Amino acid sequence: MNIVPQEYQKSGQQSTEETAYVAPYVDIESTDSGYVLYAEMPGVNRDGIQITVEDGNLVLAGRRQPLSVSGEPMHQETRQLSYRRVYELDPSIDADKISARIEQGILTVSLPKAENLKPRSITIE
Amino acid sequence: MNIIRYHNQGRSDLTQAFDRFAALRGELDRLFDGPFGPVFSAPSSFRRWAPALDVYQDKDQFTVVAELPGLKKEDIELSLQNGVLTISGERKQEKKNEEGYRNERFFGRFQRSVTLPSSVDSNKVKATYQDGILKVALPKAEETKPKQIDVSVG
Repeated sequence: MNIVPQEYQKSGQQSTEETAYVAPYVDIESTDSGYVLYAEMPGVNRDGIQITVEDGNLVLAGRRQPLSVSGEPMHQETRQLSYRRVYELDPSIDADKISARIEQGILTVSLPKAENLKPRSITIE
Repeated sequence: MNIIRYHNQGRSDLTQAFDRFAALRGELDRLFDGPFGPVFSAPSSFRRWAPALDVYQDKDQFTVVAELPGLKKEDIELSLQNGVLTISGERKQEKKNEEGYRNERFFGRFQRSVTLPSSVDSNKVKATYQDGILKVALPKAEETKPKQIDVSVG
């Protein structure tokens, strides 16, 4: 199995708004039919999610909605940076069947295995 | 103003120390992407998490913003007592089987408290939860708002 993080693309650098990212916390669950990935992306809605498969890599990107709060910050711990993380995709995963949804800041990506690679029991004649 | 990220109210020094280690380990894991996997991860009872929190102020109100991805509205508890806003709750796993292939996220109970710098009108506090962000608006009490005083020259 090979869903491994590839890189931390310019993680945390605050150079320009376009290139600064943080890596989201991610859990990956292995199931019989494939893998399910859960990424924490608070502040991101459906429109801000971009998932691409390129050269065998799965790229998860989430753009935050600007925080609409009036006034001046007195105390700040959140980092208003967008999210990005790249995973090397296992060849057993059917890239055409990857699906995703986001709910309350949790991006759920299901990565099903190709049909012909799923375990099956063979009956002896 | 007094904000403590790792809230350990009523817990012993020892468990607090473990909490700190667990938190530090979490950060290190994130930095190096956890090459040691679950082997060295802290026992679940010591793993605590605290959501990141911001406080904003304008002339009429304070706004407390907390990053709480993956909760249900019902699982967030808010209380205001003696000028201290407490956000607490529990995050449950969406996963079906306990054994994940990779685990970086935190689950279980959390609590953060914020001592507000001046009194607020507790009847007018409003909270919203959207895209995993909790926003609590706390209007300042009338008597604490800055007032313009006209000086009469006579």
